[in-house]
Amino acid sequence: MGKFTKNALAYLEPRFQLSALAEFGKKKKVPEHKYSFWYYFGGLCLFLFALQVMTGIFLLLYYTPSVDAAHESIQFIMSQVKFGWLIRSVHSWTANILIGAIFVHMFSTFFLKAYRPPRDLTWVSGFFLLIFFMAFGFSGYLLPWNELSFFATRVGTDIAGSIPLLGRALKTFILGGAGVSGATLTRFFWLHVAVLPALALFIMGIHIFLVQVMGMSKPIGISKIKEISFFPNFVLKDALVWLLVLTAIGVICVFLPWEVGRKADPFASTPIGIKPEWYFTFMFTTLKIIPAHIFSLTGEVLAILGFMLGGLLWMLVPYLDRRAGREMKSPVFTVAGALIVIYIIVMTALTYLAPRL
Amino acid sequence: MESRLCSRFVLSFLLALPISLFGQKNSCLECHTGLDVQKLRAPVEGFTSDIHRQFGLGCQDCHGGNPLQDDVGLAKDKSFKGAPEKAKVPEFCGSCHSSPDYMRRFNPNIRVDQLQQYWTSKHGQLLRKGDSNVAVCTDCHGVHGIQASNFPKSSTFAWNIPQTCGRCHSSQDYMKAYGIPVNQVDEYKQSVHARALFDKKDLSAPVCNKCHGNHGALPPQVTSIAFVCRQCHPSAGDLFSASPHKAAFDGLGISECEACHGNHKILPPTDEMLAGGSADVCSQCHDTGTKPYDTGLKMKQQISGYVSSLQVAQALLEKAEKQGVEVSEPNFKLQDASTALILVRNLTHGLSLAEMKGKLDEGDKVIAEVKALGTGALQEAKFRKTGLIVATGFIFLLALALYLKIREIQSKPSS
Repeated sequence: MGKFTKNALAYLEPRFQLSALAEFGKKKKVPEHKYSFWYYFGGLCLFLFALQVMTGIFLLLYYTPSVDAAHESIQFIMSQVKFGWLIRSVHSWTANILIGAIFVHMFSTFFLKAYRPPRDLTWVSGFFLLIFFMAFGFSGYLLPWNELSFFATRVGTDIAGSIPLLGRALKTFILGGAGVSGATLTRFFWLHVAVLPALALFIMGIHIFLVQVMGMSKPIGISKIKEISFFPNFVLKDALVWLLVLTAIGVICVFLPWEVGRKADPFASTPIGIKPEWYFTFMFTTLKIIPAHIFSLTGEVLAILGFMLGGLLWMLVPYLDRRAGREMKSPVFTVAGALIVIYIIVMTALTYLAPRL
Repeated sequence: MESRLCSRFVLSFLLALPISLFGQKNSCLECHTGLDVQKLRAPVEGFTSDIHRQFGLGCQDCHGGNPLQDDVGLAKDKSFKGAPEKAKVPEFCGSCHSSPDYMRRFNPNIRVDQLQQYWTSKHGQLLRKGDSNVAVCTDCHGVHGIQASNFPKSSTFAWNIPQTCGRCHSSQDYMKAYGIPVNQVDEYKQSVHARALFDKKDLSAPVCNKCHGNHGALPPQVTSIAFVCRQCHPSAGDLFSASPHKAAFDGLGISECEACHGNHKILPPTDEMLAGGSADVCSQCHDTGTKPYDTGLKMKQQISGYVSSLQVAQALLEKAEKQGVEVSEPNFKLQDASTALILVRNLTHGLSLAEMKGKLDEGDKVIAEVKALGTGALQEAKFRKTGLIVATGFIFLLALALYLKIREIQSKPSS
């Protein structure tokens, strides 16, 4: 250890209690078993979020949130700013990979029944993080003010407007008026860079705190489990995964930089085949294929109510799955989870494979 | 049979409904709806969608008679005109349509000179000579199902006009007596104008009536063809008028635009129409080796060279775009070069090589700029790939070091 490092540590030690933190890391154990692989998705989400924050901060240097300049500023970032293309592509690609990683993390947690008390609040906070990150994606998608994002936002907010009772008011609040306009862009920007980061950081803090306090959950039915220390063993493995994902992101960004698209024209007709970001498509396709009326109720409204109820039940899973709470296997929930996964995959695939549904 | 009766009943009901509502009787409709002869029933069926009905006019407004009378004899009173003979149709329609006072009640902006124009048309001239086979108002507009010409289903709506005119003008039997060719509509359908109208749905693209006139339809004379084309192509017309061709064409009595572009089958113009091209029109009048022909050759060479250069620049940008580099700005610049090409192609009508060269030089400057930007974009793509290789190498080294460290830790017995 060099003299400088020694001095720095000596300075920081009384102020941050570093040795206590290191001791906590060494004492903290992470179970190692045949499903341990899934543990890395939590850390991966954190890493991708950090990338989002860093690249987002750089983008703020040049991005202008106004109808007249938003698209032009993105074009400027992509063509004139040194490494602007890389920063913006990393931001956009990572956003999508992050949502995918959150889904994987959530379903792996579900199938390993890691939500069972006392980790119920970790699950609930994770559920809110999923909602926040989907909102991040939805609000960020409009910011380049291109044709696709403009009309996808219009479609998305129309769906929100169909929510019974609250829909109309909610839509007006989201849009800042009757339709997608400059006011919407300002609101989405406000949401994307101020409100959602604050909320996400707060909930993420709780989520990580709970994970650290209670440690990783052990799968039901596995009695003898080997354990490794959180620091440095697990942290180093986490870092290795992060490095590999970072390389993959780099390759994707060089060969497939995120496109700028054509500037949105509010007076143009909606392009054929417009659809939201991939993580909303399972809901979008459901709304498309659902019959117009079911038992004298509007199909679309029924589907939206179904999704809302489904989301609520999903959040309350730790309290519904009593068997898992008693450390017993709960195949009903496993089957239900598997059906939900199949449903999401099929509906998402249909969006792209059968766009004229 | 039952369905026919049923449909007649429904039609009678629909037509009788407004009558019963407003208390106005219309015995014409009541009787004609129930008639067995299709010819006599057809007016009622067609009239439901007729523009005259939409303006509140009824049978008696054209045919006279008293629709309030149930008795046929009483209904056909002194004012009854019945159906006019074909030869009298223009005057029959013109009795209202030529009256500004009357037409103002329905549409203050409508023209009232249709009949006057009709008599100047070839159709009108022949009708006056006693040929009742020629087109009268009803042949183009229909009889009882007349619709406004801005209604897409109307027979006089832009994209229906070739078919409307073609009903007579594409008929070999019908045209035999007049010695007129019958291929105009087929030729028109291959033209650049038809492509704009039918493929691009551009309603401003010319159809038969835009060049021949509608009510005053007459083939344009040699001297007037150029003016017809100039309605939409004034710039090409001006260039032509200032060129040496103008005096020569006038002297030889050759129609201007038509001589090179044709009439009904006006194909999309290409550079191949210039001297030496596969569709060379210069050779129609000029022999190879002559000075005018050489001018044509030079024009083609200049344009071909420019087009090749433009294509190289386009290919550079496409290549850079495929490699992920943002090239919207050079692409935007390239539009200036494409505009220069459009202008130069138009300048061929003026036959001035110097003027063409001036415009091409301007375009060449833009192309050179775009090429430089395109080359820069390709270099950027290369730089990105090199950077990726270097960065990936570093990350892999780091990952390898981490992996070895993890193995080292794992190999130690846990305390």
